[in-house]
Amino acid sequence: MPVHSKLEKFEDNWQTSMGGWFPNEKVVLRGKDVFTELNDKPWMEYLLFAATGKESPKIARLLEAMWVICTSFPDPRIWNNRVSALAGTARSTGVLAAAGALAVTEATVYGLKPIKGATDFLYRADQRLTKGENLEQIIKAELKQFRSIYGYGRPIVNADERVKPMMEFARSIGCGNGKFVKLAFEVEDYLSATRLKYQINIAAVCAALLADEGLSPEDFYHMATLAFTAGAMPCFIDACKQHEGGFFPLRTSRLNYQGVEQVRHWRCKA
Amino acid sequence: MPNDSAEAITTKIWRETPEADNPFAAADCFCSGYDVYGDLLKNASFIDYLFLLFKLEPPTSQQSALLEGLAIALANPGPRDHSVNAAMSAGVGGSTHASALIAALSVGAGNLGGAREVFHAMDYWQRCAINLQDWQQIINSPPEEGRADVWLPMEHPPGFDPNGISCTTPVLKTLAHLVEVGQTPHLVWLQDNREQLEACAKCPLAFSGVAAAALSDLGFLPEQAEMLYLLLRLPGAAVHSLEQEKLGWRKFPFFADGFKLNP
Repeated sequence: MPVHSKLEKFEDNWQTSMGGWFPNEKVVLRGKDVFTELNDKPWMEYLLFAATGKESPKIARLLEAMWVICTSFPDPRIWNNRVSALAGTARSTGVLAAAGALAVTEATVYGLKPIKGATDFLYRADQRLTKGENLEQIIKAELKQFRSIYGYGRPIVNADERVKPMMEFARSIGCGNGKFVKLAFEVEDYLSATRLKYQINIAAVCAALLADEGLSPEDFYHMATLAFTAGAMPCFIDACKQHEGGFFPLRTSRLNYQGVEQVRHWRCKA
Repeated sequence: MPNDSAEAITTKIWRETPEADNPFAAADCFCSGYDVYGDLLKNASFIDYLFLLFKLEPPTSQQSALLEGLAIALANPGPRDHSVNAAMSAGVGGSTHASALIAALSVGAGNLGGAREVFHAMDYWQRCAINLQDWQQIINSPPEEGRADVWLPMEHPPGFDPNGISCTTPVLKTLAHLVEVGQTPHLVWLQDNREQLEACAKCPLAFSGVAAAALSDLGFLPEQAEMLYLLLRLPGAAVHSLEQEKLGWRKFPFFADGFKLNP
């Protein structure tokens, strides 16, 4: 029988330009020696280079401010942080808490999906504007197809208190005046006047700021992966130090049961 | 005591009554009306209870046999599988046991042989049912999301193995067994039309495709199927990780000579 596996050529053969470790010699990232060419970079610049290949202190500083102002709320009620606090109250480990909380940030109503989705929307909207469509057409089509637009509207409250300080910081380092920021706020102007009354949220603001700096949706997604860490970690530490199991305990009457009311009996084993 | 306006967890799955001396501890737990510790514990199998949890109704004996067969087929994808390999990578380094399962879930969630592939395959079953023309059309013109998502787009027809040459023996044996015990429409149709589908997909049927057909026949939604597929493949990840933890990193491939850094 002929052997013709599609995987044979990859066996013991992983080729890459991304980087690697050469024991007792060097570490390479995207063609640069970590010990001699990247050794003095601030960590955020190193991460930016690792994730996107870009070298820009300005973008790194902008991202760092986003991590501080927008994604590091140490409130254990917020769903991703709650995972971290629950891990603490249940006496799990700090890394497991962080892993769970970060995985949960890949959410729809907040976190990574809006972050990637808002950047993607702004790029697509800009392309369509370039082709001659007007903004109202674009927004209506988006709402018709997806029933929402990432970056607009917010659970719990509508207005987003992060927008003003983030824009103030961005302007302080020379960002915030590009075409994507302008477009993002024009979309808000339109949506806030509709019956939806959606206001812009921080995902669209950050997406626009970074799109104006040339970051793609994938770039922003990867750079946001760890963005929520500084909010989740204190929630774990706090819960660990408080009474074991003391984080928002629930009595049985806090279950609002809406299922089958009568007690049913399982069929007996044959 | 909580007041009447206290926030509550709304559920159709689970009801509890409190212990007389502790309102924070359950005395009786009911799953969709069944007394879990007074009835199910003695009378239900694990697979039956698993079905009940998802569907809120007990399985028929045929459904129970079908899910049991699928659970056995999926329980250990083997140490070469991506998700199990991830769990073993946790084991050899002495990582926490939870991290081994997190690793297996993270990797086994994906579009290639993972739970997201089952989700997409379930979507195909919902769209095409047992109509060969519809299947051929959707395989040739797969639906597009229209906007970016955290999931990458599928790179092959869901339910099929893009790296396969012919349908593997375990997949064929699993399909045959599930058809035999279930005699359910999607599985029977899949067995009858497998070769035409594979010709269209240009690659062979995979476990994810058989699982999607079986879970469609069991009436699971795509998101339920995605969760179940994640759950059912964890036992293998757990035991292989534990085994490698004992053996240590020296006996685990490092691919020392297989790594080539290009400029």
